[in-house]
Amino acid sequence: MIYREAGQFKTSYAADQQLFPIRQDRIGILILLAVVFLAIPGIASEYWFSAILIPFLIFSLAALGLNILTGYAGQLSLGSAAFMAVGAYAAYNFQLRIDGIPILISFGFAGLTAAGVGILFGLPSLWIKGFYLAVATLAAQFFIVWCLTKFPWFSNYSSSGVISAQKVVILGHEFASPREKYLLVLSIVAVMALAAKNMVRSSTGRAWMAVRDMDVAAAVIGIRLMPTKLLAFAVSSFYCGVAGALYAFCYLGSVEPDGFSLDMSFRILFMIIIGGVGSILGSFLGAAFILLLPIFLDITLPWAAGLLGLPFSNATVSHIQILLFGTLIMFFLIVEPHGLARLWQIGKEKLRLWPFPH
Amino acid sequence: MQFFMEVLIGGLLSGVMYALVALGFVLIYKASGVFNFAQGAMVYLAALSVVGCMEKGAPLWLAIILAFAIMTLFGIATEKFVLRKLVNQPPIALFMATIGLAFFIEGLAPMVFGSAPRALDLGIVDEPIPAILDAWGIVISKFDLVAAGVAALLVTTLALFFQYTRIGRALRAVADDHQAALSIGIPLQHIWAIVWGIAGFVALVAGLMWGARNGVQFALTFTALKALPVLIIGGFTSVPGAIVGGLLIGASEKLAEIYLPPVMQSLFGGNFGGIEGWFPYVLALFFLLVRPEGLFGEKHIDRV
Repeated sequence: MIYREAGQFKTSYAADQQLFPIRQDRIGILILLAVVFLAIPGIASEYWFSAILIPFLIFSLAALGLNILTGYAGQLSLGSAAFMAVGAYAAYNFQLRIDGIPILISFGFAGLTAAGVGILFGLPSLWIKGFYLAVATLAAQFFIVWCLTKFPWFSNYSSSGVISAQKVVILGHEFASPREKYLLVLSIVAVMALAAKNMVRSSTGRAWMAVRDMDVAAAVIGIRLMPTKLLAFAVSSFYCGVAGALYAFCYLGSVEPDGFSLDMSFRILFMIIIGGVGSILGSFLGAAFILLLPIFLDITLPWAAGLLGLPFSNATVSHIQILLFGTLIMFFLIVEPHGLARLWQIGKEKLRLWPFPH
Repeated sequence: MQFFMEVLIGGLLSGVMYALVALGFVLIYKASGVFNFAQGAMVYLAALSVVGCMEKGAPLWLAIILAFAIMTLFGIATEKFVLRKLVNQPPIALFMATIGLAFFIEGLAPMVFGSAPRALDLGIVDEPIPAILDAWGIVISKFDLVAAGVAALLVTTLALFFQYTRIGRALRAVADDHQAALSIGIPLQHIWAIVWGIAGFVALVAGLMWGARNGVQFALTFTALKALPVLIIGGFTSVPGAIVGGLLIGASEKLAEIYLPPVMQSLFGGNFGGIEGWFPYVLALFFLLVRPEGLFGEKHIDRV
């Protein structure tokens, strides 16, 4: 009986419809925000910001985007990395070609560009679904990366399509250190995550879920499939696009098209499968899991091998990592298809009843 | 014209190789409704186990038998430990599980057999046939012809097997309707195990061909991804569709690779090689607009 939600009566519609209707959740979110905005910048080291926290937030955002499309609207996509690439290159070009454009605006435009491309490649979803759509998004993955490599205009005629992101300057202040970049990324991700949370419980989100559960039935009850599906593609690509822009500007600094490979798309897909398909929280849990697992393996495997006296090479680490990813995906799909988010929920249920489960 | 023919024939012959991979997809999809993304990885595993066994000193024929045993066991294990647990899940969950399976194989196989790219020598030389070269001036590799022959043989065998044997009939019954097949006493689990075994065999043949052609390396799994557009064009449920689709993809991507870049270069300037990488997918995308069920696929009717 750690906490209980009984006795919170709502007397107005506004109170009933707020984003977090339960007081403990509101307090929890505020504490969480306070910790990540105030406490972590104070204690984390440079390495933590640039190697763990910033990529975690960026991939969470991308996973969130894919989760909107796959988890909520039920359209499988294997091209999320390509939409990130669109976002990264669009942001670069807006900065480069429009004089004095504020960086946040160009991030927004980058998201919109990605959304446009997403709609284009989402068009086939109107008459195909399932694996067919997966192949259509594979087309997006290969075609976009090829375009960015081969049309030199996109990378301002640099060799092999590599771009170096411009400085991040907002209102005359340059975000140069990892700590400042972390705060910038965190603010954007927090706002977009809350927006997503709000969106999926609105009529749009409900329409997505109806389409996911059965599109013919959804059409019968009066949901127009075309705008609903295309909106899902647009919103999802917007999130991925912004994530891509952040990836280039706040994480790596310089990116090349081949960096946004099919492998990265799979990684983002794994994040939502392990984290929880159809869950905002799950996107974050999954991103953390997928990013931390390799670091964890890098540290523990050589140690374990040394303990057992086995021969050991770096290639083995990457093989074990791939093997573990595959195993975990199958494990989660079989044992807990709703992922870590569901485990978290079950844990909460248990705690609510503890220590008298009956 | 001569050059065109050469490109066309080269494309068709490489299309045969795609068709070999696509065949494995079709078999599993027909029998169990699972879209097996791991087929490419299975090709990789098959080729690696042949090379691995040969490195341990086994002769080619023994290595092939051992690899076949490995593939069959692997297929049965997949059916038993992964797919059987996912019965009644939506197809998309099964699809994602096979993506997981693909990663599992891609991690496990190099750990067991080593990850360095290696050559696989089947004893067939990859050089032009002098008779054709003299008569028409077209370069056709002996290896490609053998591959085409093997594919034809494989398809014929499979067709006969499906048509005339008891197991083949049971397979077709299961493919048609799981419930009805169960109700007349066909053991569904055995049938699925057999299908996975056959898919493993097809993967082995494809792995031998691809491995001998391009060397046994990780890139094999990417090449196998080309089987996906083949399936879309041919239809997911049709064996002849896989062949025709493979030929179409092979021919069109080679023609596009040769003839499109100069056109694009004159339009935009710059270098536009590598069209092969995405052309099949975009072609499949356009195909989906016109004929979503593929050339030979069955029309799908949705019911609420």
